[in-house]
Amino acid sequence: MQAFEYIAAKTVSEAVALLDEKGDQARILAGGTDLIVQAREGKRTLDWMIDIKSIPEVNVLDYDAETGLTLGASVPCHQIYAVDAICEAYPGLVDATKIIGGTAIQGRAAVGGNLCNASPAADCIPPLIVLNATCVIAGPNGEREIPVEDFCTAPGQTVLGKSEILVSIKIPTPLQNSSSYYLRFIPRNEMDIAVVGAGAAVVLDEAKQRIVSARIALAAVAPTPLFAEEASELLAGKEISDATIDEAAQAAQAIARPISDMRGTAEQRTHLVGVLTRRALNGAIQRVRDAA
Amino acid sequence: MARKSHVQTTINGEAVEFLCEPRQSLLEVLRDELYLTGAKEGCNNGNCGACSVIFDGRLVNSCLVLGVETDGKSVETIEGLADPDKLHPIQDAFLENAALQCGICTPGFIMSAKALLDQNPNPTEHEVRYWLAGNLCRCTGYDKIVRAVLDAAAAT
Amino acid sequence: MSEKKEYKVIGTRPIRHDGVDKVTGRAIYGADFQITGLLHGRVLRSPHAHARIVSIDTSRAEAHPGVKGVVTAQDLPTAEDKMADLGEGAVNLKYLCDNILASDKALYKGHAIAAVAATDPHIAEEACELIDVEYELLPPVLEVRAAMEPDAPIIHENIRTSSLGETGDKPSNVASHLQHKKGDIEKGFEEADVVIEREFVTGTVHQGYIEPHNATALYNPDGQLTVWCSTQGAFTVREQLAEILQYPISKIKVVPLEIGGGFGGKINVYIKPVAALLARKTGKPVKVLMNRADVFEGTGPTPASYITVKMGATKDGKITAAQTSMAFEAGAYPGSPVGAGAMCIFAPYNTENVLIDGYDVVVNKPKTAPYRAPGATNAAFGSETVIDELAEELNIDPLEMRLMNGAKEGDHRADGPVFPRIGFIETLEAAKEHPHYTSPNGKKYHGRGIASGFWFNIGLESSVTINVNPDGTVNLVEGSTDIGGTRASIAMQAAEVLGIPAESVNPTVVDTNSIGYTAVTGGSRTTYATGYAAYEAAQDVVKQMIGRAAKLWDVDEANVQFTDGEFSSINGKEEQISFRDLSARLGETGGPVVGRATMNPAGAGGAFATHVVDVAVDEETGKVEILRYTATQDAGKAIHPSYVEGQIQGGVVQGIGWALNEEYIYNDEGEMTNASFLDYRMPTCLDLPMIDAVIVEVPNPGHPYGVRGVGEVPIVPPPAAIANAIYDAVGIRMTELPMSPDRLLKAMGKI
Ligand SMILES: Cc1cc2nc3c(=O)[nH]c(=O)nc-3n(C[C@H](O)[C@H](O)[C@H](O)COP(=O)(O)OP(=O)(O)OC[C@H]3O[C@@H](n4cnc5c(N)ncnc54)[C@H](O)[C@@H]3O)c2cc1C
Ligand code: FES
Ligand code: FES
Repeated sequence: MQAFEYIAAKTVSEAVALLDEKGDQARILAGGTDLIVQAREGKRTLDWMIDIKSIPEVNVLDYDAETGLTLGASVPCHQIYAVDAICEAYPGLVDATKIIGGTAIQGRAAVGGNLCNASPAADCIPPLIVLNATCVIAGPNGEREIPVEDFCTAPGQTVLGKSEILVSIKIPTPLQNSSSYYLRFIPRNEMDIAVVGAGAAVVLDEAKQRIVSARIALAAVAPTPLFAEEASELLAGKEISDATIDEAAQAAQAIARPISDMRGTAEQRTHLVGVLTRRALNGAIQRVRDAA
Repeated sequence: MARKSHVQTTINGEAVEFLCEPRQSLLEVLRDELYLTGAKEGCNNGNCGACSVIFDGRLVNSCLVLGVETDGKSVETIEGLADPDKLHPIQDAFLENAALQCGICTPGFIMSAKALLDQNPNPTEHEVRYWLAGNLCRCTGYDKIVRAVLDAAAAT
Repeated sequence: MSEKKEYKVIGTRPIRHDGVDKVTGRAIYGADFQITGLLHGRVLRSPHAHARIVSIDTSRAEAHPGVKGVVTAQDLPTAEDKMADLGEGAVNLKYLCDNILASDKALYKGHAIAAVAATDPHIAEEACELIDVEYELLPPVLEVRAAMEPDAPIIHENIRTSSLGETGDKPSNVASHLQHKKGDIEKGFEEADVVIEREFVTGTVHQGYIEPHNATALYNPDGQLTVWCSTQGAFTVREQLAEILQYPISKIKVVPLEIGGGFGGKINVYIKPVAALLARKTGKPVKVLMNRADVFEGTGPTPASYITVKMGATKDGKITAAQTSMAFEAGAYPGSPVGAGAMCIFAPYNTENVLIDGYDVVVNKPKTAPYRAPGATNAAFGSETVIDELAEELNIDPLEMRLMNGAKEGDHRADGPVFPRIGFIETLEAAKEHPHYTSPNGKKYHGRGIASGFWFNIGLESSVTINVNPDGTVNLVEGSTDIGGTRASIAMQAAEVLGIPAESVNPTVVDTNSIGYTAVTGGSRTTYATGYAAYEAAQDVVKQMIGRAAKLWDVDEANVQFTDGEFSSINGKEEQISFRDLSARLGETGGPVVGRATMNPAGAGGAFATHVVDVAVDEETGKVEILRYTATQDAGKAIHPSYVEGQIQGGVVQGIGWALNEEYIYNDEGEMTNASFLDYRMPTCLDLPMIDAVIVEVPNPGHPYGVRGVGEVPIVPPPAAIANAIYDAVGIRMTELPMSPDRLLKAMGKI
């Protein structure tokens, strides 16, 4: 592997200052499950790895029924699904954390890392989008917040400026009668990258028969994970039925712009968007109905 | 070449110091610097689990951890599992069940199984299969490995 | 079935002798080897699938700090175009050398071009990038049918098709054409009431062993070359090194370390000669390791193929004719296993009229290597699917159809040999009676399939010596590298003869200086042939020990008997001594006892298997889930049943991977786009149920305990069995491997 220097930053401002000082060949190291592989395979050149895992703010894992979830950018997947309250509040996100890599990968891989790596196929991004998550970003000029759906700009590219880091992700408290669901299609049952991924969050009425609002997001069908806005909006106020769900699935298919690669063909992906959108919506609805 | 760092860590309960370059993974440090060759390299990119070790109490792929990251932390490897005169129950179960053929995947599977049983002493077959999905074995078809882990759970 | 013999050790399940080393991480595999002064080597590989090498400039690499030596094809002795007998077949030496380091042309992406030795593996890798290679790109040929087209780009100007004793007159990618004929194929089809003809395509797949190739080499100033490595056969490595390096065999010692899987892929050498060249150049020990992408791109996978199968049967189910044309991709150099595929394809059925044509075709992919029953899985995918279709057409249960036509003792294969006692019918009967086959199968999108398979197995040379210890144990020395518990299965055969427990035999696998010639661990031969040698060496021990007892008691050797671990005198003097007690008295009776045997047994018994599989098809995504799997197989005699089951289960799962997802995916430039375990998609344990391995025992008359090889045949039926199950589930006949979700979706008309 290429040679590089390593430093463990102790504070957010130190990390930001280091990025500023070392220039664009410096990279943030969270769990390393993307970065180390990319550096080793020569897919990314770098001369510094700035380890953020000793910074308190990026290790926060705080759920409060009033204010929601604050998820530090380097918190690994396994810590997230170990918290029952988080599993109950954000099952769609938990679905994603349980399928990234295998158990050993989940011991290191962070949701923040998944987001910053900005793969079109990233499993955590669709659930974050449907859960209305926002990114807390720190830079030389202080902090800013942006919605997750605006974070990725191209494969491997984000809105982060040269000296900015992702500090944490915030997710609002779930509403009454709401739930979320994420699934992906892979040829194996684990250890595979999404051919297509689909996340859905729904809010139902008291009787759990009508959709008050819904959000749908997709992975691996465009250069970045997509918020399926039209598909989501068309569900608002609708009675739950196979026909409405089909309609949303078709609207989701309409925005997919997939490519063919070694993981799947474009036709296959477009087809799967329909299947997975239906399954994600039905999954989220079922979860609301199953809740006491 | 980057300067070597001085790292102080704990491996299998013992304080260990070594020098390494930042680009050396924990797997390389274990194998090439400390001659602990029980952890194997099957892919060097997180896909096979042959390099599985327990890092600060958590199962990881040692090929995806930098050696320098272990400073002040603890690492458990296959070499630390057995007592001098007695194998760990998972090791016994692998032998009893003939859960290895070539054996190259075995240290990784055993470490992975240990991490599972440490936190879930009574897993179902499905839980075992889910947990071990990051460990590839090409020889056994997994049948006897899964049985060995279930047996080890029953025995402890 | 012949009557069952009573054994004390054989058929039991002792802990394997190398087990503790392997569960504690202490066993030393090839890459674990350490030696002082070690340098690290890395190989530069071609980024192009087909290119002329215009020039190689290594000067920048040589100047890189830490680099101790760089080698290219220039460092290999110029190879004359001669044939050398190596391992599993004769190989053209120029091809052999060029596959180690390309001299004039790079013939596949990943083809080795040059190598560097440095003080550290990272430095060696950096230096590889400093080697400047100028290529002149040539159009790649990536598929067997395209390569056979008359206007296809020619890969080797010197190849002329050798066809049934004739040689073609112009360059071709078809290296050879073989044919087997039995009866009158036209007549056979005329007699048939139903004839079915189908085309099949299979992808390139890899053995997928978890341990990458490795080699450490050291040259002494006296010219002695030592190579430590993991290999399926230390002696074949020695031979290949001698040929490639044009170096005397007597000066080469190969030390086999533990090996992390091979399945046929660790017979051919790749980096071992490179390590030797670097060691010679630097005067230091050099360790060369491959990474995973090197393994996928730079070592032999098993061929993709295009196969047509035509079979006919009468109304009552008798197969009257079977015809096939099989074109196999050899990879960059000739030598695909199409011959073995041709031997196996119709072997399970006694068919009067057979015509088999096979073509060995070069393409711009890595030179193929054996993979578990090489050629037979590709072939059976075709034949076993067509039989299923015939059975359906005739309204006959597919298992009954196989029973009706199944080969028995005395039947002869299309390629010549007459079957001795074989157990195909017994595997079918075991499947038929199994609760799996008799259980209900009717759910929507669920299906059941069956398929059978054959592999001939081989004998070849093995040597064993047995040294008797004074405490009544023995040390068994052998040359078969242990990939899956063969120390145990060999030791157990000696233990049975000697009347001692398996644990009292200490087996050791040694280097090429320390044992007689022993062929590869491959061809399902080790428990059969090296086990046979262990049996004979133990008999030699018994014979010598009888002499010692006779001496002790002052009786005639003919009056000493050995039964159940006890020597006793018959005819007069009442004397008795145990094997153990006599072992303590060897010094006084003439010195140590060393038993030895070398052999090349001819009676390897062919192996048959029948598999039953249940699948569920997700009709919206095209994904196939394996619900239940049962594999019946004739093992002859299972020496250590656990490891026989293990071979069956492992082979089945490789076959499932081949059936459902595994394949080399190429882009138009001939680059493999999925050269990682993540994207090559071998099965994980979450993709599988338990695999029920049912051992059938029809003793092989060619082995004292009836052993047949078991390692290879279990990979043969799965793709066909799964294809038949998919048909049962959704009514679609899949004719292309892998039957991946996108292909199934397409076949179902969903995309
Ligand atoms: C075997 C294997 C299987 C995998 N399977 C999956 C899968 O199923 N699904 C999936 O989505 N992914 C998968 N991945 C990819 C990877 O594990 C995930 O993307 C993971 O979440 C990345 O997190 P990390 O903490 O390891 O990130 P890192 O590798 O540490 O970082 C990823 C990138 O983000 C940057 N970065 C990280 N944190 C910050 C920050 N706070 N601020 C700014 N930049 C930052 C890094 O510089 C780097 O470029 C797999 C990887 C492997 C090796
Ligand atoms: S070597 Fe680390 S996961 Fe394969
Ligand atoms: S025993 Fe060989 S890879 Fe698992």
